[in-house]
Amino acid sequence: MDTSKHKIDIDYVAQLARIELSDAEKVKFSGQLENIITYCEKISQVNVDGIEPMSHSFPFYNVWEEDTPESTFAVEDVLLNAPKADEDQIVVPRVVEE
Amino acid sequence: MSNELFFKSAAELGELLDKKEISAVELIQSVIDRTKKIEPRVQAFLATNEEKVIAEAKASDERRAAGKKLSPLDGIPVATKDILADKGVQLTCASKILKNYISPYTSTAIERLRDAGAIMWGRTNLDEFAMGSSVENSAFQATHNPWDLERIPGGSSGGSSAAVAAGETIIALGSDTGGSIRQPAALCGVVGLKPTYGLVSRYGLAAFASSLDQIGPFARTVKDVASTLQIIAGHDRYDSTSFKANIPNYTESIEKNKGPWKLGVPKEYFGEGLNPEVRVFIEKAIDFYKQQGCEIVEVSLPNADLAIPAYYLTATAEASSNLARYDGIRYTHRSSDATDAIDIYSKSRAEGFGDEVKRRIILGTYVLSSGYYDAYYVRAQKVRTLIRRDFEQAFQRVDALLTPTSPTAAFKIGEKATDPLSMYLSDIYTISINLAGLPGISIPCGFTNNNLPVGLQIIGKPYAEAQLLAIADFFEKAHPHYTKNPSL
Amino acid sequence: MEYEAVIGLEVHVQLGTKTKLFTRVPYAYGAEPNTLTNSVVLGLPGALPVMNLQAIRDSIRVGLIFNCQIPEICKWDRKHYFYPDMPKNYQISQYDKPICQGGEVEIELPGSARNIMGKHRMVKLTRIHLEEDVGKLTHIGNESLVDYNRAGTPLIEIVTEPDMHNADEVFAFLKSLRMHLLYAGISDCDMEKGQMRCDANISVRPKGERKLGTKVELKNLNSISGVCNGVSFEIKRQIESLESGQRILQETRRWDAEGGITISMRSKEMAHDYRYFPDPDLMPVKISKEWRESIRAEQPELPFIKQERFFQQYDLPYSVTSVICPDKELSDYFEEAVSLYNQPKMIANFIVNELLRELSVAGTNGSLPLAESKVKPHHLASLAKLVDQSVISSQIAKEVFNEIFKTGQNPEKIVEDKDLKQNTDTSAIEKLCADAINNNPKAVAEFKSGKDNAINAIKGQVMKASQGKANPKIIDEILRKLLA
Ligand SMILES: [Mg+2]
Ligand SMILES: [Zn+2]
Repeated sequence: MDTSKHKIDIDYVAQLARIELSDAEKVKFSGQLENIITYCEKISQVNVDGIEPMSHSFPFYNVWEEDTPESTFAVEDVLLNAPKADEDQIVVPRVVEE
Repeated sequence: MSNELFFKSAAELGELLDKKEISAVELIQSVIDRTKKIEPRVQAFLATNEEKVIAEAKASDERRAAGKKLSPLDGIPVATKDILADKGVQLTCASKILKNYISPYTSTAIERLRDAGAIMWGRTNLDEFAMGSSVENSAFQATHNPWDLERIPGGSSGGSSAAVAAGETIIALGSDTGGSIRQPAALCGVVGLKPTYGLVSRYGLAAFASSLDQIGPFARTVKDVASTLQIIAGHDRYDSTSFKANIPNYTESIEKNKGPWKLGVPKEYFGEGLNPEVRVFIEKAIDFYKQQGCEIVEVSLPNADLAIPAYYLTATAEASSNLARYDGIRYTHRSSDATDAIDIYSKSRAEGFGDEVKRRIILGTYVLSSGYYDAYYVRAQKVRTLIRRDFEQAFQRVDALLTPTSPTAAFKIGEKATDPLSMYLSDIYTISINLAGLPGISIPCGFTNNNLPVGLQIIGKPYAEAQLLAIADFFEKAHPHYTKNPSL
Repeated sequence: MEYEAVIGLEVHVQLGTKTKLFTRVPYAYGAEPNTLTNSVVLGLPGALPVMNLQAIRDSIRVGLIFNCQIPEICKWDRKHYFYPDMPKNYQISQYDKPICQGGEVEIELPGSARNIMGKHRMVKLTRIHLEEDVGKLTHIGNESLVDYNRAGTPLIEIVTEPDMHNADEVFAFLKSLRMHLLYAGISDCDMEKGQMRCDANISVRPKGERKLGTKVELKNLNSISGVCNGVSFEIKRQIESLESGQRILQETRRWDAEGGITISMRSKEMAHDYRYFPDPDLMPVKISKEWRESIRAEQPELPFIKQERFFQQYDLPYSVTSVICPDKELSDYFEEAVSLYNQPKMIANFIVNELLRELSVAGTNGSLPLAESKVKPHHLASLAKLVDQSVISSQIAKEVFNEIFKTGQNPEKIVEDKDLKQNTDTSAIEKLCADAINNNPKAVAEFKSGKDNAINAIKGQVMKASQGKANPKIIDEILRKLLA
């Protein structure tokens, strides 16, 4: 990685994250994020050859349960906070198969 | 009847309740009155429920009268950060996107406290989705530091720490992803514990960064923190990362475990970023332990300066994933401008999230995106391993580490709001502990010339909370800072 | 130029577990909308996943059936994309450490005739991984309704190598996959119910060329016929494009069953950036050698191996084994009957010709399951014994079978009660023969003039007069003696 200031494709990333940004926000955020990323480049300087990545604090394995059914939500709980619902289902504008 | 019940510890109040000198109803009433009086200035709460808690306090009094006290916290008011699910109660995470959300289920931590007879009193303010160090990122209000109302209470659990410091509750729960319990505890002059990752179930805690988040207690005393931990710690089948082992008796171990301990001082934590005034108090605290017969050892955590990058790359990546569910479809705010499903996502999220949350989601999305994943995310996880090893090596020589909790005392509201990076750097002493999964506690160790509290951080070995609490209690007994209260 | 198609499949199969993959909410097809959810299924704030052990066991079993390697460690990853049927907007799946790696599925290609066994070959697998399913969308007017009942149910995704070349092979692959999974009780694999879903990666290249052509991902293949027609169409489309000098675009297309064509959905430029990373909420899975081998030891004999054994051990024809062997319950039923009376061919014929026919028309809707049949293996064994020992004729046996099917009575009792025993009383048969000779002068004359076949007409008369009970061998002997 080079040490010059990092560039970020804010349109692409904001679209991936599904957050609409105004032009002003794009300018503001990309500046701030580029500063942070540039600061984070520090980690590229340390040698991590042969080091296992740590994605859990403690290495437990096989945390599971037997396949025994338990209680479910009432439909009212499912729809409790729904912005729009009909026929016990969540309603969204028609989605076309992507 | 004793005045200012709201400034007493749960242990003291428990005795008064047991001796029938006060009732739980009187206690909660005292807390309610106190809150009504000062809350307009502190603004620690996002919601309270007077009627419900008075009824609960009555039930507690009846239990005590019948000799059926449930726990040392039976009848004690507890506030919770508004990020823990409680059935039938709002869960906003201080975000507009969850403004009207009511949780249909209860978190394990709240359930255990309620089963122990605690009076679940109010929902405290926080940085939106726990992202921040000042509560300035709350979508609803700023919380003010009870010691100086122009200053921040610390964050993200600043509502909880301020409420305890101001006497608006006796105990409070917070969550700590990078220092969000310890830093506000330090800045508000109360005790705050981040337990070992996995000790307290995360079930019902709206996730910020799943591999770093832990729930923990705030209280005026170490003993109160211990009795709260006693109730909320322990295995939970609903959290696959929850630790499966017997929980020791923390209160008992405080009484029994008197040291002396071998204590480490990591030299990297005393560098140039540390405020000189804060440094003096930490050095005094280290001196105290030394005079009491503890061996003080200088240790090194050579990768300490990689903690902030490793933390922000990890935490934002996980956050971008965890917060994808807030989308305007099932239960969150839906933009009224949306015409199709794609619009619902991008417009609802644009309207619902504040700047810091947007920034972190975008950063985390970038970190995981095609072409950057190995350089940022995977590498950050490897650096995490290095940081963990540094601690393991230090703990081969010592029982615990003594450090500052925060490089400075509470700063002014607005002071760092425009520069996210400088805000991130204020977490420099707390985040490594989350990256390594270790327990850490912050206890008050003095007051600056401006009468602002300073916190001492003690870092323990994994699952060694009993010892950590004993070391903290040892200091507290000789330095009862909790007897000093903010004048409001 | 001659072209060759290269096809790889991604097949999703719903496991038949009682509860979901990461929470103990039950799943049942056709339940009322949104009645099978909880905090985890809906992805509410604070909800956390907890693994279903049975789903892990089932996946290991599938892996062992198809000779996959079962790595010691597998783990969970989050796959991100936004869609209203996906509550968390990420799917918990397995990315770089799936539960099964490699492996192969034996397929049987169509034979030259129905009763002739086709060629067998192996189709190579890349991997099998475990993941959670999404909810279901129903489109009404300009709105879509979302039901989360199916969300979170366990799916295995079986990914093949680009190792098939035409729709026949694809069909044979899905048929074999379904047979094996049904066999092991993993899934019902009902495509209509969405229990088995198939996507295909298709490319074409000049015959003899080693490099793969540009691949098209084909989706929405919702039935077996959809798969075959979709794949055939797409191969044809690609070859025609190349022949007319066009380039194949790397894209995703959907099969439009009504129009009988494939339609472009998105191009490579719009491909997803799924941002996989290890799920911090779930611990990895460690599968010890001992555990793996104990599951292997419980594995049933697989259908193609069983068929081979049935050829050798029972000398049964393909027309029979191809019916019995793919069905574990039926082949167990067969072998139980044979163990009680060793007449495999006769018993197999009872099963294939009588039992399956009756079952297929007996159910109130659809066929009656074997388990509910009143005809049990011991009935078929007894029936075979009665025929084998000439107590009843094979013609009478059919009548007895029908009675067992209706009543579940023992064949011996039915034969007794209905007086169906073969008549071996020679004097009585002699009288019937004499009568028949008297009543059929024409046939007698023909026989005597040297037409041996003519005796059958007389035999028929005798049999008819005895109501089917006279022993045909004895009739033959007596008639020849009388006409000599
Ligand atoms: Mg796939
Ligand atoms: Zn899949």
